Amino acid sequence: MSTAPANEPKIRVLISKCGLDGHDRGARVVARALRDFGFEVIYLGIHQTPESVVEAALQEDVDAIGISIHSAAHMTIFPRILELLRKNGAGSVLLTGGGIIPREDAEALKRMGVGELFGPGSSMEDLARYIRAEVAARRTEAEAGRAPEEKRP
Amino acid sequence: MSAGFKEEVSAAKERWEERARKAELRKACFDTLSGEKVEPLYGPWNSGGEPFAEKIGFPGEFPFTRGPYDTMYRGRIWTMRQFSGFGTPRDTNRRYKFLLERGQTGLSVAFDMPTLMGRSSDDPLCEGEVGRCGVAVSSLADMEALFDGIPLGEVSTSMTINGPAAILWAYYIAVAEKQGVPRSKLRGTIQNDILKEYIAQKEFIFPPAPSMRLVVDTMEFAARELPKWHPISISGYHIREAGATAVQELAFTLADGFTYVEAAMKRGLKVDEFAPQLSFFFDVHSEFFEEIAKFRAARRIWAKRMRFCYGARKEESWRLKCHAQTAGVSLTAQQPENNVVRVALQALAAVLGGTQSLHTNSLDETLALPTERAVKIALRTQQIIAEETGVSNVIDPLGGSYYVEALTDRMEAAAEDYFRRIEALGGVVAGIEQGFFQREIGEAAYRLQREYERGERAVVGVNKYVEPDEGVPTLKIEMETERAQVEAVRELKRRREARKVERALERVREAARSEANIMPALIEAAHAYATLGETVDAMKGVFGAYVEPAIV
Repeated sequence: MSTAPANEPKIRVLISKCGLDGHDRGARVVARALRDFGFEVIYLGIHQTPESVVEAALQEDVDAIGISIHSAAHMTIFPRILELLRKNGAGSVLLTGGGIIPREDAEALKRMGVGELFGPGSSMEDLARYIRAEVAARRTEAEAGRAPEEKRP
Repeated sequence: MSAGFKEEVSAAKERWEERARKAELRKACFDTLSGEKVEPLYGPWNSGGEPFAEKIGFPGEFPFTRGPYDTMYRGRIWTMRQFSGFGTPRDTNRRYKFLLERGQTGLSVAFDMPTLMGRSSDDPLCEGEVGRCGVAVSSLADMEALFDGIPLGEVSTSMTINGPAAILWAYYIAVAEKQGVPRSKLRGTIQNDILKEYIAQKEFIFPPAPSMRLVVDTMEFAARELPKWHPISISGYHIREAGATAVQELAFTLADGFTYVEAAMKRGLKVDEFAPQLSFFFDVHSEFFEEIAKFRAARRIWAKRMRFCYGARKEESWRLKCHAQTAGVSLTAQQPENNVVRVALQALAAVLGGTQSLHTNSLDETLALPTERAVKIALRTQQIIAEETGVSNVIDPLGGSYYVEALTDRMEAAAEDYFRRIEALGGVVAGIEQGFFQREIGEAAYRLQREYERGERAVVGVNKYVEPDEGVPTLKIEMETERAQVEAVRELKRRREARKVERALERVREAARSEANIMPALIEAAHAYATLGETVDAMKGVFGAYVEPAIV
C-alpha cells in the first residue's frame, strides 16, 4: 500500500533526535520503515539541536522532518524548529514526530502548526500514509502559489 | 533414565505425536518474543539440565543456576527498589520519604537527562530538560537536599548514572561524610556501565578508552574503601529496551562484564579483590519462561567464566547477583490499566528467575513519569507476589522443568556463540566502534516492529481488542521547576568560594592526566561545590568527547 506512485518525485524526510536524550530505537525503526516504503530518508542521528536540524533540512531540501522525543522537552524543541523553519522561508516543510508526548501537549503543538504526533503503538503504515498525504497537499498548495502558513491568521 | 523407562517414554511420545499431527492448530506464531522456535512439548528426551551437578546443582554453590544464595527468599525477600526521581532534589526527597514509609526497602535515584549527560541545570543546552525525566543534581548542594533527613548509613541507594558516575558517587560519599557516616558503611550501587551506553542507551560523554579508565578507577576505589558498595551494575536492561532479543541481552551484557573484569585485571587488581562487588541488572520481558531461563543461564555462564577463565578462587567472585526491572517497552499507552497485569507477570518471572532486587514499572509510564498512585500499585504488586502467592517459599521452583532446563541450556549455548563472534571482532570496544551491537539490536527491533504491523504478534489493546482511548491522569512537571533549579545553581555559584573551586578543578585535571585514581580529586571537588558541568568540562579537556556515527 505504502509505496509511492511511480510518477511522483520521491518524498525526502529527515529523521532525528534533539537534545540530550539518546533513546533512538523509535527514530531508527521509523527511518528504516520509511526507507522500505520508498521515502528518501536522511537520518541525522541523536544529540542534535533545532538549529542543526533546520540547517540540514534546508541543505537537503526535505519535504518533512520527523523528530522523536522521549525527554519531555517537546514543548521547547518543536516550537523552536517551527520558528526557525518559518524564519528561513521553509514554513511549508512538514514538521511531525513522535515519542512520549501527552495529549494536551500534542494538541497545543498542533495549534502552533506542528503536524500529527505519533505515540507508542503507532503503525508505521499510518505514519507513511500520513506523511505522503500531507506532503502531497502541501506540494499542491505550493504549486498554486500559496504557502500553507500564509493562510493562517 | 533406565532403559525400561526410556522405552516407555519413547513409545508414549510416538503415540502423542501421532495424535498431535492429526489435530488442528491455531493460526498463530508459536515462536518466542525473541523469535526463537520452541517445541510444542518438552520431556526427558530433551535432556535439558543434565548432568545434574554441572547444569542444575544446588542454590548457593557453583554453578549457581538455582540461585546465588543457599536459602534465597526463605532467608530474605528480594529488595523492592522503585526507581524514582523528578523535578528538584527537594521534590524527589519527598517521594523517597513517601516510598520508605510504605515499606520500600531500598532507594533508587533517577536523574534527569542533563545530569545523565554530565551537564549542570544552568547549561543553555539543557533548556526544557531540567527535572523532567528524573531529578536534577548539579552539585553537592543538590545531593545534600536529595538525601536530607535520610540516614545514609542505614539505607542502600542505587544510582542510575553512567557517563559522570564517578562524580555523582563522589557527591554521595561527600554527603555521607557530612552526615558523619564512614565510607566503609555505605551500601549501594552506581550503574557506571559505560559500554552499554555506546551499545544502546547513548548517554556517553568521553570516548571509550578514558571511560574504561574511569570505571576501573571506581572499581579500585570501591575495593579499597567501600567494601559494601557495588561500583558497577552491568546492565542488559537498556540493551533489551533498545530492541535486543533475550539472547542478545544475555550475551552482550555478560560480554561487557568480561571486558570490565579484564580491564581491572590489566590494571593489576586481583580478580578476587573486586569481583565480589560486581552486580548485574536485567530486563524482564513478557515471554515468561524465556525470561526465567535467562536469569538462570546468566548465573551459570558467569560462574564458569570467573572460575575457569579468570581464575577466581572465592565463591563470592563466581556468584552473579542482579537487579531486575520489568520491561518499560512492553507497556502500552492504550488501555494503560492493562499494564498492571503485564508488570505482575514480568515481576513473577523475575522472582522465579531468582533476582536479588526488583523494580516494577508503573502503569502510566508510557505516558509520563508515574503518579504516586501508580507507583503505589507497582510496589503493591511486588508485595502481593512476595506475601500471597507462595512462590517465595521454595527455591528455584522451576528447576528440573523439562522446558525451562532446555531453554536455559540453549540460551547458554547461544550466548557462547555470540562471545566467539565478539572475540573475532576484537572484543566489545572494537565491536562498538564497528557498529556491530548497534546493527544487531536495530535488526531485532525492526523485525519485531514488522511482526506487530503484520499482526503476527498480538499486543492487547494495540493491534487486538482495540477500544477508544480513555486515558489516565498523569503527573505534570511545571516549567517553574526548571527556573527554580537553574536559579539555585546560579545562586550556588555566587555563594561558594571561587578560588577553592578553581584549585579543586585543577586537581581533577591533574588526576585525569596522571595515572592516579581520580576519586580523591573528585571528592575534593564535590566538597568545594564545583558543579557537575564544571567538573565534566575539566575532564573533557583531558579526555575529549565522544560523537556517535549515525547508524540506521
